[in-house]
Amino acid sequence: METKVEIKQLCKQFGLLTAVDNISFQVNKGEVLGFLGPNGAGKSTTMKMITGFLTPTAGTVTIDGYDITKQPLEVKRRIGYLPEGAPAYPDMTTADFLDFIAAIRGLSGTKKRQRIADIVTQVNLNNVLHQPIETLSKGFKRRVGLAQAILHDPEVLILDEPTDGLDPNQKHEVRSLIKNMAQEKVIILSTHILEEVDAVCSRAIIISNGKILADGTPNELEAKSKYHNAVTITLRNSTHNQVEIRQALLDVSNVHKLETIEETAQTMTYQIYPKPNCSIVADISHCAREKQWEVIELHAEKGHLDEVFRTVTTQS
Amino acid sequence: MSHNLWVVFRRELSSYFATPIAYVFIIIFLFLSGIFTFYLGNFFLRGQSDLLPFFSFHPWLYLFLIPALAMRLWAEERKSSTIELLLTLPITITDAVLGKFLAAWIFTAIALILTFPIWISVNYLGNPDNAVIFAGYLGSFLMAGAFLSIGSCMSAVTKNQVIAFVITVVVCLAFILSGFPMVLDFFSGWLPQVVIETISSFSFLTHFSAISKGVIDLRDILFFFSLMAFWLFATAILIEMKKAD
Repeated sequence: METKVEIKQLCKQFGLLTAVDNISFQVNKGEVLGFLGPNGAGKSTTMKMITGFLTPTAGTVTIDGYDITKQPLEVKRRIGYLPEGAPAYPDMTTADFLDFIAAIRGLSGTKKRQRIADIVTQVNLNNVLHQPIETLSKGFKRRVGLAQAILHDPEVLILDEPTDGLDPNQKHEVRSLIKNMAQEKVIILSTHILEEVDAVCSRAIIISNGKILADGTPNELEAKSKYHNAVTITLRNSTHNQVEIRQALLDVSNVHKLETIEETAQTMTYQIYPKPNCSIVADISHCAREKQWEVIELHAEKGHLDEVFRTVTTQS
Repeated sequence: MSHNLWVVFRRELSSYFATPIAYVFIIIFLFLSGIFTFYLGNFFLRGQSDLLPFFSFHPWLYLFLIPALAMRLWAEERKSSTIELLLTLPITITDAVLGKFLAAWIFTAIALILTFPIWISVNYLGNPDNAVIFAGYLGSFLMAGAFLSIGSCMSAVTKNQVIAFVITVVVCLAFILSGFPMVLDFFSGWLPQVVIETISSFSFLTHFSAISKGVIDLRDILFFFSLMAFWLFATAILIEMKKAD
């Protein structure tokens, strides 16, 4: 696979504050990398350094072989960037603004008109083309920002909180847009919405206090959760003795712990945690069948990303 | 002129006309220059067919009009965060600084050109030396550029337009007053003559009045251009240094 973005020992110091502390990672073509982290973790600062807005205190950013501090223009040509809050010139109309960006990106003539028309359809801006940007709703503004970022079909797309402040429909639209572009590009996006990582990212990096705390596919991160492979079982409360059932569940091989979620006259719900790296769902279902329990519900958890996020970011 | 400088210039200039700024500025400029010329400058009573009273008020008119025009150059980009957009586009700082400055400068040129009725009047009423009038326009244009370059630099320092405005007025005032006897007298007691001459040589008034009297001296023109170069260079450095603040 082709490495497009290479970040080595990147640091950024603001006075005494270390905003980004020795971050290194690589992103290959076709990857959608989600940058996760609490507010103030250093996500935006890192993105600002990748796009050449901030100069790193130390370390290097290389895009497609070009170093951002040595050949900034070559790098900036290859990047499409949606800064936080999707800033755009408020007094310009959408059409004028996109025309300005296209001109700066070196497009002209019919090619420019064609490209702008394509993008406008793609992000659904036809109705607001001749409105000043300051009169647009938050959702439209975000889409104008997105249109601006993808106008020149960049190899690397950097999106700082692309769905922040959008309603669920708009979020869905933006996500499918990102997914459709993912194949030919490198996309790095920051978010603190965890469902977004599951929805669009092929890889996620959790960052807090300027350091990378975890790096992996969403599945790999979920596997770090204590809920990973945990089994939730709900049984009808017939003649069986509750203590007996709990003991039987604990006796299943590789079971680490059992938590009672609810025990009523009608039903009983338990959560059963496996020992590390074990799957217990088959054994538990086997046990239930053997003992002829009336199973109402039985499912295995993938793991909770938000729980992993909390554990990882509060530990440090 | 690089392609990107031209694109920035075009956007910037049209943004003046997309907002009321352009119209308010031009109307007030024309209105005030009219008042100054006809009432304070005794245009008719002097009985001379030249535009000296018109031009002699320009430094004072520019003192508060140009900072109002220049204050938004960078402060507004900072405030609306568009600076992050602009400076991550594939353009150089030079393109951005020069493009914005030139747009503001050409805009003042437009305002200046719109004072043409006064030129027509004076030609209708008498027989002025149009070469001198042309020199006056040239001097005024150059002085406007110098004011703007100072304003551009002050606007780069802060995201607060009011602060940018006030500092620009103060700095510009210093450049106007540095040729005044009362300022020079203040220094003459305790500073060597060379320093005083240097101070007075920085005065806009000295250079402007020379040009507006029809004496186009290369040194006066060079003075304004090097002043603009200095302040624009300072703008670029300041933007580069504190673009994210």
